[in-house]
Amino acid sequence: MELRVTDLAVQRGGLTVLEGVGFALAAGQALVLRGPNGVGKTTLLRTLAGLQPAVQGQISAPPESLTYGAHADGLKAVLTVRENLDFWAAIHGGGDVAAAMAAMNLTELQDRRAANLSAGQKRRLGLARLLVTGRPIWVLDEPTVSLDMASVALFAGVVRAHLAGGGLALLATHIDLGLPEAQMLDLAPFKAKSPLMAGGGGFDEAFA
Amino acid sequence: MIALLIRDLRLAFRAGGGFGLGLAFFLLVAVLVPLGVGPEGATLAKIAPGILWVGALLACLLSLDRIFALDFEDGSLDLLATSPIPLEGVVAIKALAHWVVTGLALTLVAPVLAVLMNLPVDGYLWLVVSLAAGTPALSVIGAFGAALTVGVKRGGLLLSLLVLPLYVPTLIFGAEVVKRGALGLQVGTPLLLLAGITAGSLALLPFAAAAAIRVNLR
Repeated sequence: MELRVTDLAVQRGGLTVLEGVGFALAAGQALVLRGPNGVGKTTLLRTLAGLQPAVQGQISAPPESLTYGAHADGLKAVLTVRENLDFWAAIHGGGDVAAAMAAMNLTELQDRRAANLSAGQKRRLGLARLLVTGRPIWVLDEPTVSLDMASVALFAGVVRAHLAGGGLALLATHIDLGLPEAQMLDLAPFKAKSPLMAGGGGFDEAFA
Repeated sequence: MIALLIRDLRLAFRAGGGFGLGLAFFLLVAVLVPLGVGPEGATLAKIAPGILWVGALLACLLSLDRIFALDFEDGSLDLLATSPIPLEGVVAIKALAHWVVTGLALTLVAPVLAVLMNLPVDGYLWLVVSLAAGTPALSVIGAFGAALTVGVKRGGLLLSLLVLPLYVPTLIFGAEVVKRGALGLQVGTPLLLLAGITAGSLALLPFAAAAAIRVNLR
């Protein structure tokens, strides 16, 4: 199990935002992506998740091994906590919903509708989804938004357990997660020099 | 896949879901048209096939933009796109869920509403048959339109303009089946054409819709 990225360039809205990004993660390792707002963290993560094509470079990871945690949690407000998790578990071939709820401290809330959860509780539910997917590579975009200190520590524990079990984690975050073993990658040096390079040209150039 | 179908149906039947919207609209059309046209049985019987089919079509159109827009807004569509289910399967299942909630429900209540429209007795069977054969095409064409406009803010108008021309053949042949059936004529040709449109769109459009969603998720 390895995630290897070489010479990757990604674009958003027709402009190349990052180029020459390269790193490798082995089983049990975590990588924290840093960089100022707008540098392209979300774009990079969406490209890794396969939601948009890369401009150039390679991403090598085993197929169907990656799960993406976005800003939005993908929750249905009229379904209960348990129903939301049951759905994602069924889609991914049956993860352990009870264990995921226990890990993210949601067991007491399991029959409550997602509409009636607080922002932090919704986030915990969104993160519990990662556990029921059973996928080894977690690609997370700002996973700790609206979590309190205790929940951040809880989440750090979940990530650590995931790594100990041979998983990988790639996180874009601004705060200290309390994961000293994680590697850091600052994206600022990879900022694209010429935004209109390969793929971004053509149409945009004509109207520049 | 079954889990996705069950989830979509559950969402539709819970409070705030789309179930009932199309049905209520269809009911209103069938109640209001006789009041507007007047109680003359012969006139109503003549326009009944067309009105019932137009009503069913517009009722389907009403809930189309919910097919993907809600999942897009709350992030579920991103997560479904990275899940083990192929996006084509997601589209097909969501179109099926839409059909169960609107098309199937409309098909089942249509004979009751046809009484209000004074449809000749011979037409009832063909009304149900034509709706059963035609409404799946409405749902899957609509899912394609919804996939094209997912991510467009207030895309409802654009969606209607895109989808309505594609609905026209289904409407023509569907109403023709009922019209001929009510008069006791042969219905074979329009019914076959109607079923052919449905089969063709079921086979092709999930792939087109999945490609459109992939572009719109970028």
